[in-house]
Amino acid sequence: MNILFQSVNSSKHFLTQSYDSVLKRNEMSTASEVIDVEGGVDDHYLELSPEPVKFEPADDVTDVFFDDSKQQVFAIRSGGVTGVLVKSREHNINFRMDDKGPVISIKFSPDMNILAIQRTVTSVEFINYDSNSSLTGPEYSQSCKSKNASILGFVWTHGNEILFVTDHGVELFQVIPEKRIVKTLKSLSIPVNWFIFCPQSHVVLLSSGQQGVLMQALYITVGNLHKIPKFEMEAIASKPGKLAVSERDVALGILYGVPSIIVIRHQSGDNFCSSGAFVHVYTIHKMVVIRKSHILKLDMNGRFAINVVDNIIIVHHQASRTSIIFDIMLPGVSDGTVIHHTAIAPPKPIKPYSLRVPGPNISEYIDEPCELYSPKWVVFQPNIVIDSKLGCLWYVELRLSSLVKLMTDKVQLIEFLMQRKNSKQLLIQIVKDLVMKMPATLMDLPAIFNKLNTVYRSHLENEMQSVIGTPLQSNAKIQSSGSNELKYKIFLDQSDIYSHILSNLSESNIDSKMLVWILLEYIRSLSEHGIPVQHYLHELIITTLVHKQAYYQLHQLLQYHVVSDSKPLACLLLSLENHYPAAHQLALDMLKRLGNAHEEIVEVLLSKGQILPALRYIRGVGMVDQACSRKFLEVAKSANDPILFYSVYKFFEQRNLRLHNSTGFPKSERCQPYVQHFKQLFLQSDNNGCGNSDTASTMSNVSS
Amino acid sequence: MSKSEVTLEHFYIFNSTYAKKEGEEKNKILYYHPPKTDIDSQIRNIGLTEAIIKFTESFNPGQTCDYCHTHKTRQIYYQPEPNFWMVMIIGVPYITKEKDGNEYMEYQSDEVLNSTCQSITKQMYNIFRLFMGSFNTILNEPDYGSVTLLRHKLDHFYSRYLSSLKLNNCDIVDVFQGLQFLPLDKVTFLRVQCFMNLLESTFPQIQYTAFLYNDQLVWSGLEPESMQVVYSYLVNTLLPDYLEKELEGGLMPNHSISPFTTSHYGKFITGPSSVNDVKKLPKVFIYHSIKPTQLYLIVYRTLSATVCLFVNNKINSLFYSSLDAFLGVQLTSLVNEVAEECSKHAIMATDSSTKYLYFNKLNLAYKSTMHGDNRRFLFTNATPEVLRIITDINFDSQRLNETSEIIIKTMSDYWIVGKLSNLREFYVVMQNKNANIIEIDEEVKRLCEQHLKSIFFH
Repeated sequence: MNILFQSVNSSKHFLTQSYDSVLKRNEMSTASEVIDVEGGVDDHYLELSPEPVKFEPADDVTDVFFDDSKQQVFAIRSGGVTGVLVKSREHNINFRMDDKGPVISIKFSPDMNILAIQRTVTSVEFINYDSNSSLTGPEYSQSCKSKNASILGFVWTHGNEILFVTDHGVELFQVIPEKRIVKTLKSLSIPVNWFIFCPQSHVVLLSSGQQGVLMQALYITVGNLHKIPKFEMEAIASKPGKLAVSERDVALGILYGVPSIIVIRHQSGDNFCSSGAFVHVYTIHKMVVIRKSHILKLDMNGRFAINVVDNIIIVHHQASRTSIIFDIMLPGVSDGTVIHHTAIAPPKPIKPYSLRVPGPNISEYIDEPCELYSPKWVVFQPNIVIDSKLGCLWYVELRLSSLVKLMTDKVQLIEFLMQRKNSKQLLIQIVKDLVMKMPATLMDLPAIFNKLNTVYRSHLENEMQSVIGTPLQSNAKIQSSGSNELKYKIFLDQSDIYSHILSNLSESNIDSKMLVWILLEYIRSLSEHGIPVQHYLHELIITTLVHKQAYYQLHQLLQYHVVSDSKPLACLLLSLENHYPAAHQLALDMLKRLGNAHEEIVEVLLSKGQILPALRYIRGVGMVDQACSRKFLEVAKSANDPILFYSVYKFFEQRNLRLHNSTGFPKSERCQPYVQHFKQLFLQSDNNGCGNSDTASTMSNVSS
Repeated sequence: MSKSEVTLEHFYIFNSTYAKKEGEEKNKILYYHPPKTDIDSQIRNIGLTEAIIKFTESFNPGQTCDYCHTHKTRQIYYQPEPNFWMVMIIGVPYITKEKDGNEYMEYQSDEVLNSTCQSITKQMYNIFRLFMGSFNTILNEPDYGSVTLLRHKLDHFYSRYLSSLKLNNCDIVDVFQGLQFLPLDKVTFLRVQCFMNLLESTFPQIQYTAFLYNDQLVWSGLEPESMQVVYSYLVNTLLPDYLEKELEGGLMPNHSISPFTTSHYGKFITGPSSVNDVKKLPKVFIYHSIKPTQLYLIVYRTLSATVCLFVNNKINSLFYSSLDAFLGVQLTSLVNEVAEECSKHAIMATDSSTKYLYFNKLNLAYKSTMHGDNRRFLFTNATPEVLRIITDINFDSQRLNETSEIIIKTMSDYWIVGKLSNLREFYVVMQNKNANIIEIDEEVKRLCEQHLKSIFFH
């Protein structure tokens, strides 16, 4: 959209002063000064981008235009040959063109190969552009098709396609720069009061009808126009001759991936003082249905302008020089069809901004404060503010770190942050702060963990689906949110929570009891969402409980299988036996449940000298043939119990007989010492006299 | 032919060091039951006990005598604290028979089991210690601590306690004094656990918590040794009494509404019965470390769930109402979740004539299908003979290896199998005249597979 700055009346977002608002503004500014002096706290949650796009301010010889599709500022200096300066974040172009009269609107095509210039209300001129050789004439032009119509404006839609909007309808053309011709593609007739275009969603909103309440939205695809069913906005008593909904009160944007129409609804004269204005949000679903879905309560009156940053609706209020913000994804009060929201945080001004300007002395610069919410401000979608007098274009940005201090409901704060871009570090910090304020914050943690894990789970589901191509067996209680919604959410997974929050806690001075509470709450939430808990969380809870010697609590957790079984955990438990005898039993149970830890079980039993149970065990699980006979015989020998040794020896002789048809031990099993020992104990006649002492001690034990 | 019951002949507590000189013997006596016994008999009986203890000690120094069998009595000696002895003398039941026209009594010595009696004596001490504190704690009480106070407290406590003691109904369950845990899935358990944590964090006065569902334990913040005593008090005394009172009041048990609000079913069992009535709370002594902590026991019940809170500070009515507000609503929904989860488990329970009993001495978990659910004093599914044999196996098992198995067939065609492994005990009882030992072994294996699948039990 194209605005001529000099002509005040035609710029729709212009925050003009009315008598009322001047008065109010003065009041407000004194109030805000007081706050600034006394508070000194930096709670500005909005700021202007530090590096503005600077351009030549509008004056008598310079006209300034802004194209919000390509976000380019055009400064056109007339007089003989027109000098054009195009500025944006990416571009800084200047070229000359012939002066063929005052320009109404000027815009580059998306690829910047054609420049469209509107000088009259009936036609648009085109001129090819090349970044090397600048304009390559001659110009060619296209007038609107319908008779007696005047062009309200034009927009580049896709590639070289251009849409004219006239007061009689819309016309879609294709420009062919090589041949310098323009082809008509489509047209639609409908009376139009005004129009706005959203370059991201390619939606054009047309105001139609006498009162201006009828809205026709069009979805522009390549070479085609799609009508989205008409809808009406409620008529609010307005002055005769004025439209019920004016262009300046409407903005198009995309909120959480859904094209939306954001409309400021002022209160009519009668209740002007009693209640504030509202913002109505209409959402366009699948380019088929338009529904009023949200109502935002402003609690203020006067001039407003809208921006959208990171799916947050920002409403600037000129009179009070503040802005308020809304997030339609946060829970509100539903009346069945529409959700009513209040502001996320109290209204606050944009952070004071200073511009570096040349000082009184050469080569010196001073920082000059800019007037914020100036009458010279013009606001564009999605987040652009232009000061025509200063010649600055800023992008409005969120300062989340200040905003979080103003949000008192911590659960809502977490939900809010999860929906922001690049907020992960902040999210971690907030959760960490909460955790450090235990135990008072334990109340909020269940809801917070549940929120994080709901998204975490959906994310895992999506990941799984993309890997195996089949849906993960869904936990009945969790409604999987659409992947579309998921795109706008960040979350913390187990490794984030562990490495950034929990693992540091054990070193900090937080009570280990609190750590256990947090861990259990987190594990509960993960389990409820059907997310497998990672071993490091289990290890942390075990070591913490061991550290505070809460063995019985640990026992109960294991008893109810809160901690998943694994060999490393079983080993950890075995090592705890000296502190807590039952750990041995728990470890054995865990090994048994694992189902593949036969060797470990045998080791554990043998280490306790439980040779017969170990033999019984390997027989039970059918592992006799693989068992290492030497190990058993060694333990049996050191038990100094000849009868036990005899039993074990005979057990393996039986095995040998079955495997090798002989009772002898194969050489590979290296059992010679035990064969010898057996002979010494039970076959005295073969005794060759060696190892007498050993035998003697064994025998004495038997007799004792 | 008539048969008498097991009777409590005498029960006394004494400390020999309180009588140094001759003639001061009665100073030793701290408590004597029956109280009507004349003082000379009291002194004589205690003297005899002292003599037996002294005499036996010379054979096995350092190891005191635990019990003594006489023809008509069984005497149990227990020294809970240095120099303090608790002695229980039990009358052995007898059958009056006639031979050649003369009546005579045949004493059934087998029917009194030492381990059961010993456990009961210990239990009697533990429950006293829970509510009154240890003997030494009472003696050293800062204001009035004295032997007189101890005598007074013993008298106050045991005169009531002994009247409710039912020796005839004691069996293996009293030996174990186990805790019945509620089988529950991990998520529901975690919900209970987190709820209790939240409770503790909200009310910092709370030191320990426990959560029961019906008679089964879900969570205990107390150490098992302490919980054992509290559990037994709750399940055998407090909760049955409460439910009985509720029934008498004509109200449906579990469904009477809270005195504070009408929006939930929560009620204080110990604590105020209405907003204005702040009843005296029971005090309990918890011996976790060397120094005992004295705490108030608040028991709160919602539907089938019982929450025990061990609270340190003096509590005002504001605490009660905020506690009630916190517990009432949240607990109601939690109980419903637990109940739902339990109903899933309940389907696979209850079958066949085969009964079993399980005990794990490490966490004191116990489960029995031989005993009725909560009213275990009223009926058991197994005969006293069977329970006695199980008690005997248990006693013998203490001298056996860690892993062992015993199979017994009784004259009345009961098969009793005792299996020990990994410090757990598992007893199976079947009545099957025609079964052989192989079939019994298979049945036991099947039961193990069914019930002990998730533990190491070989």
